[in-house]
Amino acid sequence: MTTMAETMDYDEVVARFDPVLGLEVHVELSTATKMFCGCATTFGAEPNTQVCPTCLGLPGSLPVVNGAAVESAIRIGLALNCDISPWCRFARKNYFYPDMPKNFQTSQYDEPIAFEGWMDVELADGDTVRVGIERAHMEEDTGKSLHVGGADGRIHGASHSLLDYNRAGVPLIEIVTKPIEGVGDRAPEVARAYVTALRDLLRALQVSDVRMDQGSLRCDANVSLRPVGTTEFGTRTETKNVNSLRSVERAVRYEMTRQAAVLAGGGEIVQETRHFDEGSQTTSAGRRKETAEDYRYFPEPDLVPIAPSADWVARLRETLPEKPAELRKRIQQEWQLSDAELRDLLNAGAVEVIAATVQAGATPDEARSWWVSYLAQQANTRGVELAELPIGPAQVAKVIALVNAGELTNKLAREVIDGVLAGEGEPAEVVAARGLAVVSDDSALTAAVDEALAAQPDVADKIRAGKVQAAGAIVGAVMKATKGQADAKRVRELILERCS
Amino acid sequence: MPSISRAEVAHLARLARLAVTEEELDTFAGQLDVIVSSVATVNEVAAEDIPPTSHAVPLTNVFRDDVVREGLTNEQALACAPAAEDGRFQVPRILGEEQ
Amino acid sequence: MTEPTDSAALTRLTAAELAARIHAGEISAERVTQAHLNRISEVDGAVHAFLHVDTEGALDAARAVDAELAAGKQPRSALAGVPLALKDVFTTNGVPTTCGSRILDGWIPPYDATVTRKLREAGVVILGKANMDEFAMGSSTENSAFGPTRNPWDHDRIPGGSGGGSAASLAAFEAPLAVGTDTGGSIRQPAAVTGTVGVKPTYGGVSRYGLVAFSSSLDQGGPCARTVLDAALLHEVIGGHDPLDSTSIDAAVPPVVAAARQGADGDLRGVRVGVVTEFAGEGYQPGVLSSFHAAVETLRGLGAEVVEVSCPNFEHALPAYYLINPSEASSNLARFDAMRYGLRVGENGASAEEVMSATREAGFGAEVKRRIMLGTFALSSGYYDAYYGQAQKVRTLVSRDFAAAFERVDVLVSPTTPTTAFPIGERVDDPMAMYRADLCTVPVNLAGNAAISVPSGLSDEDGLPVGLQVMAPAMADERMYRVGAAFEAARDAAQGGSLVLGCPSVPGTVEPQGSGA
Ligand SMILES: [Mg+2]
Ligand SMILES: [Zn+2]
Repeated sequence: MTTMAETMDYDEVVARFDPVLGLEVHVELSTATKMFCGCATTFGAEPNTQVCPTCLGLPGSLPVVNGAAVESAIRIGLALNCDISPWCRFARKNYFYPDMPKNFQTSQYDEPIAFEGWMDVELADGDTVRVGIERAHMEEDTGKSLHVGGADGRIHGASHSLLDYNRAGVPLIEIVTKPIEGVGDRAPEVARAYVTALRDLLRALQVSDVRMDQGSLRCDANVSLRPVGTTEFGTRTETKNVNSLRSVERAVRYEMTRQAAVLAGGGEIVQETRHFDEGSQTTSAGRRKETAEDYRYFPEPDLVPIAPSADWVARLRETLPEKPAELRKRIQQEWQLSDAELRDLLNAGAVEVIAATVQAGATPDEARSWWVSYLAQQANTRGVELAELPIGPAQVAKVIALVNAGELTNKLAREVIDGVLAGEGEPAEVVAARGLAVVSDDSALTAAVDEALAAQPDVADKIRAGKVQAAGAIVGAVMKATKGQADAKRVRELILERCS
Repeated sequence: MPSISRAEVAHLARLARLAVTEEELDTFAGQLDVIVSSVATVNEVAAEDIPPTSHAVPLTNVFRDDVVREGLTNEQALACAPAAEDGRFQVPRILGEEQ
Repeated sequence: MTEPTDSAALTRLTAAELAARIHAGEISAERVTQAHLNRISEVDGAVHAFLHVDTEGALDAARAVDAELAAGKQPRSALAGVPLALKDVFTTNGVPTTCGSRILDGWIPPYDATVTRKLREAGVVILGKANMDEFAMGSSTENSAFGPTRNPWDHDRIPGGSGGGSAASLAAFEAPLAVGTDTGGSIRQPAAVTGTVGVKPTYGGVSRYGLVAFSSSLDQGGPCARTVLDAALLHEVIGGHDPLDSTSIDAAVPPVVAAARQGADGDLRGVRVGVVTEFAGEGYQPGVLSSFHAAVETLRGLGAEVVEVSCPNFEHALPAYYLINPSEASSNLARFDAMRYGLRVGENGASAEEVMSATREAGFGAEVKRRIMLGTFALSSGYYDAYYGQAQKVRTLVSRDFAAAFERVDVLVSPTTPTTAFPIGERVDDPMAMYRADLCTVPVNLAGNAAISVPSGLSDEDGLPVGLQVMAPAMADERMYRVGAAFEAARDAAQGGSLVLGCPSVPGTVEPQGSGA
């Protein structure tokens, strides 16, 4: 038992120490196939069904680079204001691990495809921080291990592990920041804002699903502290398993308070990998390595160099979407939002999704009303950001279009959205599967109206007598009889017609 | 000339995942030393300004279209596995953390 | 020609002769295949050229060719129906592939190498898998985990390596064709010491997909045969662009068959031949040098213009090669880890890491472990620049030597190996002595160009075969075929027939000989 406090009060931390951050984000590209073979990348497939000799590392197999993945890498690099290397190679990173079929990762080492860039990151109060980008390079993902026999599926205490190589070879782009210095007490917020902004950018580029919950966006947070007023970097730790934007902020904050307590107690920070625990919101040390890793990088002889021509890069530059910051400026004008309104939308993480919904055909008002009300409630219930909901702008736009076409009522539209959120497929599939189409067939509706009028003769008489507001009761009865699938406006018209 | 010690050979064996015997440590230390001193003559070549060659044939930009190709079935994938369970490769408990 | 009636006579024919007879309907592919299977059961107990004989698969493939010909179809290729021995380093769907290693004992690949697929599509009959040094590491085939192959010329001697099985199967008349791989000489050196023909095509000329990697930037599959024309015919079957191999050259196969036929006319006027001055002198067996000099005179006699050419950096090729190949191998062989396929030992509660180490220790032989250790060393931090990095620079210098030489001459020639076949066991405990067998062959692998070894004669001291190496620029493979075929025709005419027909190759038991005995 230690008498020393495990963490230091945050105000004291930032009074005494200056944090330095480094963020490494791995993005899984949403290409149809893997980085070096033609296997599908569909998330959630049955284990070891999206594998071939190459991604299983079978003897004799060889890699061939996915051209679409290289284009995505270059577009990401350009969007991050990076230089694109005119000539670069893949390298082998050699280390043994059962989730890696070849026991080397095909990655890039000293010749990344994109380097020396930056991204402006807006904070909640409107301040902007420019984050330097050191590099963005291409590599491949590993397989997934399932640890059996231990507690909570953790690796420690497991009797054995089971490996699924469907994910092995999925294209990854690793984006590494330069050290982020001088942000002081705002370090946790900056970390979160950076990952959020990066996610929005990647989504706008349409290169990745950027789903932190599914691991298509993963963040490792490097944190070190140095006494305020000094310039030399302290020893850093690298925290992994940070699976949500909220966790990015919490992990950085926790690490700052932990490291400060160690340093204040005269201890030393160990350079190590730490694991973020979602439950306790703390980090814990990974297994210490007995010997320093020596990855023995060398140029991958099975792949030839990549030499993007200036022409190719220029063509890819033209495909870049509007930058998020520019998009916001434009949208504020077009939607005539006050600064406060825009800030609200920004804080709700709603600007990009609304804009994308508008892009997909909805009006700004329609898009806004769905995202800030019903969808915001759903996100809130699930504890995720709007953009993390398993429904996308294109699907929301489709639902809006169905409402406008009279094929869905608002109530039915909500049910369709529920279906999409529940993973039942595209809106049209949910409509068909749940039988949610509006009953717009007049003869069916007329029969229902007649039945309701017959059931409530007194109300029918009132309507006939000119008390139009009494029609509400009949509308209600018809809606009930049609299980809400009737178009209420049309029902009212029919009632008035029958009673005239 | 670097002389390769027994300890260094043991370190290399760990990196290469070879559970070498004590006897092999001695044999390899001796043989590697001979080989390394012989091949060290590459350092006698003045090559400061010479670019290294990693690939024999100067090709660049060899890409594949992003089109799904049929791979192996789960049965084919697992057919030669030393052990399998639930459609997955079964391996002994893993000590180290993922990298 | 008289029609050979007995099975043994069929095995003496060249691939071209067999194909002609099969395609003309004079003899069935099945009978040709059966003749070779008979020969294998007769002599392979002594020679041990094969690790696996696929009797049923071979006969099925032969019958399929016969059925197509009987139905009036054109032969699928110039070699349809001709049997072949495939080095056990190429994957074969449903047929064991071991690379001569315990670690892959029992592995049945679920896919065909591109070379395997092309052979099948061409109707070539794959008899089985040829023995080799484990993972192609060696120059004697003594490093096979399944026992050495014997040289048919003298069962107490090595057949060369790593493709000793491929070469011995030809010299022992078990197969008229074989496919090998050449990383530092593994096709040419066995060809030289068995009196057969071996070709290392231009790097990228033959797909490496399904060729179990030893040293990726050097490995190249290629044809082995008893005549230059047969090698050319096989080259055209297995060569060509493969989208599954990123280092495959997207161009037509050089016109090697036409060149071999042209060369057989025996006219080399206008062809400039360079003799590499560095490949002579100390360490070269006198009989090898005299056979080489006689060969050069023969070329001159055919009208070639012969000049001496110095390639000063070739002397650094061997050390560079012995840094690059172990480095790449240490990485390529990391996948053999007991997790997904192959051998697994030492479970019983051990961790994955322990099982990996125990399996690799038990499954790899001494030479493989030695190279993994050497490669791990050469790539490790602190040593990379001095070893691997420097070797890659030497590679540039060797390529420049070739480029400069090919400004002056069309082809370069040298002995293929410094010595003839050495006795089994002689060099197993002396890695450097073993490595020197590759002295003349490795520059070509480093630079990625092409070379052929053609029998030049028998060495005066020991009566064993000597090989003439002809080297050509990248993607100009046809040049060496022309020169090789011209030399072969002249030599055969002068000596009254093909050298390999003189191979004693007497079946019989040999005393088992332990390594180093
Ligand atoms: Mg990485
Ligand atoms: Zn695959």
